[in-house]
Amino acid sequence: MFDGVKKHQVTLPCQPEPWDIRNLLQWIKENLLKERPELFMQGESVRPGILVLINDADWELMGELDYKLQDQDTVHFISTLHGG
Amino acid sequence: MAGMAEAARLSAEIRQRERELRGLRDRLASVLAGDAAADAAHNEEDAAAFPGELPPLPAQASLSPADILRYSRQLVLPELGVRGQLLLARSSVLVVGCGGLGCPLAQYLAAAGVGRLGLVDHDVVETSNLHRQVLHGEARRGLPKAISAAAALRLLNSTVQYVPYCGALSTRTALELVRQYDVVADCSDNVPTRYLVNDACVLAGKPLVSGSALRLEGQLVVYNYQGGPCYRCLFPKPPPPETVTNCADGGVLGVVPGIMGCIQALEVLKIASGMGSSFNQFMLMFDAREGRFRNIKLRPKKPDCVVCGDNPSVTCLQDYEAFCGSSATDKCRTLHLLSSKDRISVEQYKKLLDEQVPHVLLDVRPQVEVDICRLAHAVHIPLSKLEEKDEHYLEHLEKRICEEKQRTNGQTSFPVYVICKLGNDSQKAVRILQELTVKEFASVLAKDIKGGLMAWATKIDPAFPQY
Repeated sequence: MFDGVKKHQVTLPCQPEPWDIRNLLQWIKENLLKERPELFMQGESVRPGILVLINDADWELMGELDYKLQDQDTVHFISTLHGG
Repeated sequence: MAGMAEAARLSAEIRQRERELRGLRDRLASVLAGDAAADAAHNEEDAAAFPGELPPLPAQASLSPADILRYSRQLVLPELGVRGQLLLARSSVLVVGCGGLGCPLAQYLAAAGVGRLGLVDHDVVETSNLHRQVLHGEARRGLPKAISAAAALRLLNSTVQYVPYCGALSTRTALELVRQYDVVADCSDNVPTRYLVNDACVLAGKPLVSGSALRLEGQLVVYNYQGGPCYRCLFPKPPPPETVTNCADGGVLGVVPGIMGCIQALEVLKIASGMGSSFNQFMLMFDAREGRFRNIKLRPKKPDCVVCGDNPSVTCLQDYEAFCGSSATDKCRTLHLLSSKDRISVEQYKKLLDEQVPHVLLDVRPQVEVDICRLAHAVHIPLSKLEEKDEHYLEHLEKRICEEKQRTNGQTSFPVYVICKLGNDSQKAVRILQELTVKEFASVLAKDIKGGLMAWATKIDPAFPQY
């Protein structure tokens, strides 16, 4: 989906409102996603089965889509595994 | 007192062994009568496959000299000690799935001296399991995995009770089974089973130690433990089926589930011996490629969770295959994208080859699979390159079509047959070719070969490798 690249260091453009995860997902969709966005997104959020981590914590603890990004934040998108 | 407890334990074990023996005799009789062993393994209604209610494990008052010798190296750990060992001996653990995770997990739990291990698996041992499912061996191919695992474990520690369940955990059987055990280990390989095990654990009030592994990665979480979240708190909605990859499609390095299964066993032992788990409301992520473990702080239990929340709407087990849109027992999904007029069988393709009908065979598997085996005359374009409409690859295909076409009398529709491993990706590729209308592709009649190279190997060329 992201050309096989696992890590992206990004500088987000300036905007009047502070960046939140909702804006970030939209930005990723428009700028980083190479193919089949449905494997990553559903509506304005990530698809079921993807866990979002903000600085190594479940995004649910941080306000999910409304979390305001800070400089140097790390955001992980973890695809849950089901194999055994 | 200790003698009485020991006698009760031994009697219970004898009864258990007799039940297992009866089950084995029945199975042997049915195999000799000509039924495939796999039939019994797949039949979850089979009474012999699922033994009934088990007697509770007797509480042991003390360790025997044999126990002390056997467990001495862990007994001297102050964190475990005699108290912990006695708790282990009284604990029963249900292992759901005797595969890459379940094998090492069951091995360490048996070695450590848990009282009873329930071993659930609907499947039989296959050659392609052996690189990671380390309790099974070459000699036990074709046997139910639950039986094979119990046999291997009995050689390791005969004082543990083993209860094999040769069938899939189902909505009918799960709750009754989970209720009989103290801790449940989810070592399964599919989404519906993960929701089923979770809901059964919540309804029965049992801690769930859940592991998973794929490719070079592993994950572990302890659910429904000491007020922590359940699987549904984290994943209220199942993932779309097309986004889920299994070990057969994605591959897995055997040691990766091995490592995850061992950590699962560790957490089961800590819970059963009273030490408590480190992964309540935490996820452990293992990246084998980078050699990195990462601990993730998870959300707490959700008050609005449909199964463990304050007002649960899931109060009995449901149809999880319908909920997830995928099967719990199929090894691979079978796509039906194309109608039968756009598909041919491997037999029909063989006939075309024999009659030297001009055509192009297009293999759309990833390069790594083409390196394993291929049909020499096939043109190779990975599906991903076709999806991207990669110019370089398309030109190459066009060239081959032109060359082959010269052998015909300029027929209007030129056949391109598309093949992959099992006949799913080839259907997607045919769809893409049908939409290409530029130059040579306008005159192409694309069809896919049903069942792919694996059908070719089983029906046409037994010397062709299967993977």
